[in-house]
Amino acid sequence: MKRIGIGIVALVVIALFAACGSSGEKTVKFGVFEPLTGANAGGGALEVEGIKLANELYPTVKVGSKEYKIELVIADNKSDKIEAANAAQRLVDKDKVHVVLGSWGSSLSMAAGPIVKQAKTPAIGLSCTNPLVTKGNEYYFRVCFLDPFQGTVMATYATKNLYAKKAVVIREVSNDYSVGLAKFFEDSFKSLTGDENAILAELNYNTGDTDFAAQLTEIKKFKPDVIFAPGNFTESALIVKQARELGIKTQFLGGDTWETPEFLDVGKEQVEGVVFSTFFATEVPITETSKIFLDAYRKKYNKEPAAVTALGFDGYLVARAAIEKAQSLDRVKIRDEIAKTADFPGAAGVITLNEDGDAVKSAVIKTVKDGKFTYLATVEPPK
Amino acid sequence: MQVPAFEWIKNLMTFTLFLQHIVNALSLGSLYALLAIGYTMVYGILRLINFAHGDIFMIGAYVAFYGTALFVLPWWASLLISIVFTALFGIGLERVAYKPLRDSPRISIMISAIGASFLLENLAVLIFGGRPKGVEVPKVMGQVLNIGSVSFLGVSLFIPIITFGLFVLLMWIVNGTKTGIAMRAVSTDIETSRLMGIDVNRVVSFTFGLGSLLAAFGGIMWSYKYPQLNPLMGVMPGLKCFIAAVIGGIGNIGGAVLGGLLLGIIEIMIVAFFPTLSGYRDAFAFILLIIVLLVKPTGLLGKRQAEKV
Repeated sequence: MKRIGIGIVALVVIALFAACGSSGEKTVKFGVFEPLTGANAGGGALEVEGIKLANELYPTVKVGSKEYKIELVIADNKSDKIEAANAAQRLVDKDKVHVVLGSWGSSLSMAAGPIVKQAKTPAIGLSCTNPLVTKGNEYYFRVCFLDPFQGTVMATYATKNLYAKKAVVIREVSNDYSVGLAKFFEDSFKSLTGDENAILAELNYNTGDTDFAAQLTEIKKFKPDVIFAPGNFTESALIVKQARELGIKTQFLGGDTWETPEFLDVGKEQVEGVVFSTFFATEVPITETSKIFLDAYRKKYNKEPAAVTALGFDGYLVARAAIEKAQSLDRVKIRDEIAKTADFPGAAGVITLNEDGDAVKSAVIKTVKDGKFTYLATVEPPK
Repeated sequence: MQVPAFEWIKNLMTFTLFLQHIVNALSLGSLYALLAIGYTMVYGILRLINFAHGDIFMIGAYVAFYGTALFVLPWWASLLISIVFTALFGIGLERVAYKPLRDSPRISIMISAIGASFLLENLAVLIFGGRPKGVEVPKVMGQVLNIGSVSFLGVSLFIPIITFGLFVLLMWIVNGTKTGIAMRAVSTDIETSRLMGIDVNRVVSFTFGLGSLLAAFGGIMWSYKYPQLNPLMGVMPGLKCFIAAVIGGIGNIGGAVLGGLLLGIIEIMIVAFFPTLSGYRDAFAFILLIIVLLVKPTGLLGKRQAEKV
């Protein structure tokens, strides 16, 4: 009698699951693979904002005569490479998403690389700039520029605009993004100054460090013209702050990861005047989509969006357009259509993906003025 | 004409730079010491490594933050409230997570401590959110002071002074008061002190309260020095201060202070003398622990103690 009871329960459970499965047929799943807790949470939240906004404006996709609802499956990769691999695995295995969007932070995206490749599920990186994210992985794409370009942009700004001759680099040694960008900056800075010894020193710190007094005291000794400090916004804000407290007045340069509210929140008046490169400035809308995005964002949040939020918006739109073109929910077909993306008008610029799956786009240089991120210049990519 | 070898030595270190490093090291080291005392006190009484100590440190910092950010209290008021709240919180944690297990094998209570630590971290993520928060640093603390070309924050001067003051106060409590005598008795033998009419629960609560108070103070000072809060901010300092307590000889308050200072000095000096190794700073802290344990298993100031069976 007992066994029959268990059998009935099991049947009911199976039936329930089956029912869920069939009702889920009408939706397309976009996996949102972002850090929502931990050191990178600020960045992840900004990208999720963009993705959610796009989902509100364009909630469905048409395949054949059927209108599919796009469902966002949000997975927190906890700013941790191991957790990131787990989260990505869960998205492709358990949630069976059609496309993965994210992640903020190249290291985290790289952790998901082999997983999406094996599951043959296309992934679109939004602001991860390390070349290795898409290299050799035909299932990973991205809607932003790459670090070799970003490194050149900052080195050019340092030499041409600031007339810098000597630089010191302080990098987050456990972060692929930071190490990569530091190297590209150094190479470019050396060739632009024509001086093999233009980089006076290269100092390291670890993700999650809070005390940089020792490294900065070392930097004080070198008296560089600029300090390049690519890294996560949390540590970077503390670095700039502690440098100012030690009496270092040198110009700080950084990368796209700095543009988060937390950077200003932690650094306060000490981060005034720092200069960094990023993807997009609200002062110079580029396409029709930029206007739609800006209007919707300002209306909803009543503030100015960050560049990575626009990229989150773009990633969603590129994925949606690819499904529409593929006229299929087959992941490989979606991948093929994403790969063909050309002249796509995104909010943060026109997107054309090259053979590596990377977007070739212009960069924007911003500074911090009166507690706000302010546009300085636009730099075009090399043709 | 340039002499490369001479240049190299001159570049290596100047006296003011060295002084700057010393100031940095002392202020970091005394912050570690503050937290290490809490570990050592709890261990001394209960032979328990309170893994949740780093998270109590985090809670102290958050409470002070909300005191000023949400309730617009002056910083000293939220500091006081936070210290009192966190001390009570520490006592409560002991009641809930450790007291029921006091007669169980030591490993169970340790697992309970690890569990409490994870619980607090995840609760903090839920309640405070995972995004880092910037702290409004009081003027006195955030002020940059200059002596010659050595610069430091107000808080960096304040921390060593207050650590020393608290150390003296604690030594007095432990060695000069009745509660202190009870604490020492409990740390020698819980059963016998119970027979001697000592209220063990009260002593244990007092110890946890005191330890958590120090953790809260450390957490707030930490948030003034590095004005950024996140729910996992206690993990690394917690681990390092545990190391500091062990290096100094766990169970010994003077040892904890010594261990904390030593750890701070070594961390800073590693980067000062070997800038290329700056990424391996934490590794050196752990290597130091291993060396000390190999040479002197009880720590620098620890006493050899026969294991009770």
